[in-house]
Amino acid sequence: MLASVFGAGLLFGIGLWLSGMANPRKVLDFLDITGNWDPSLLLVMGGAVAVTAIAFRPLLKIKPIDFKTSIDAPLVIGAAIFGIGWGIGGYCPGPALTALSNLSADVFVFVAAMVAGGLFARIFSPAAPGA
Amino acid sequence: MDNFTPVSALAGGVLIGTAAVWLLAANGRIAGVSGILHGLVGPMSASPPADWWWRAAFIAGLIAAGFAWHAFAGAAPGENAGLAWAAVAGALVGLGTRLGGGCTSGHGVCGLARLSLRSLVAVVAFMAAGMAATFVMRHVLGASS
Repeated sequence: MLASVFGAGLLFGIGLWLSGMANPRKVLDFLDITGNWDPSLLLVMGGAVAVTAIAFRPLLKIKPIDFKTSIDAPLVIGAAIFGIGWGIGGYCPGPALTALSNLSADVFVFVAAMVAGGLFARIFSPAAPGA
Repeated sequence: MDNFTPVSALAGGVLIGTAAVWLLAANGRIAGVSGILHGLVGPMSASPPADWWWRAAFIAGLIAAGFAWHAFAGAAPGENAGLAWAAVAGALVGLGTRLGGGCTSGHGVCGLARLSLRSLVAVVAFMAAGMAATFVMRHVLGASS
C-alpha cells in the first residue's frame, strides 16, 4: 500500500511539473489579472476536476468519507490567509514540496515556514485538518 | 496571453486528477497536500500515529517527482522575490491552509469535484486573496517580476 501511495504522490508531482504549476512565475501570471494574464491554471484545475468528478463518486460510494460541510469564519479567513501567501510566493503546498528539488534557498525557506505556520495554527484550530 | 500553455496545462491537470483518484482508491484518502503535510508534522508520542507512514510516502513521492522531472526536463525556472518574502509567504500558506482546512488540491481539485459548497467558498476566497496579493506585489511594491 505504501508503494502505491508513493506512486500517487509521484504522479501528482509529475502532473504539477507538466502543467507548469511548479513554476511560481506561471502561477503568478495567472493570479496577475491586470498583467500579462495566463489562464493556464484554469485548465489545470479543469483537467484535474474532470477526472476526479467522474471517478470520486463510485469510489466514495464504496468507502464513504465524512466530509466537513460547515462554512464558517476559520474556513474563509484561513483560505484568505493562504491566498495572500500564495500570491506573494507563487507556491501552494504541493508545488512548493515538489520544487524542493530545485535545491534553491527560497523554496527551503518557504517549506520550513509553511510547516511552522501549520504548527502555529494549531493554537487556533486544534482539530484535525481535513478538506 | 502569449504565456498560455493549454495543452500541457490540461494534460498536467489530468495527471493530477488521476493521482488524486489513485490515492482515494489505494487507501481511501483525499489528496489534499496541505492536510497530508500538516498531519505529518504534528506533535506525536514516542511512536508515529498509524496514518503517519502513508502521509510520508505521498510527500516523498511528490518530492521525488521533482528530481525525476529535472533529470528529464532540466532545471526549473523560478521566481524569487527574496528569502524574506519566501518566509512570509510560506508562513501564511501554512497558517491559512491549516486554519481553512485545505489548499488548491484539497479544496480546489477534490472539493470542487464533489461539488462541495464549503470548498467552493474556500476556492473563491483564496483566488481573490491571491489575485489581490499578486497585484500588490507586482504592481504596487514591484517586489516580484
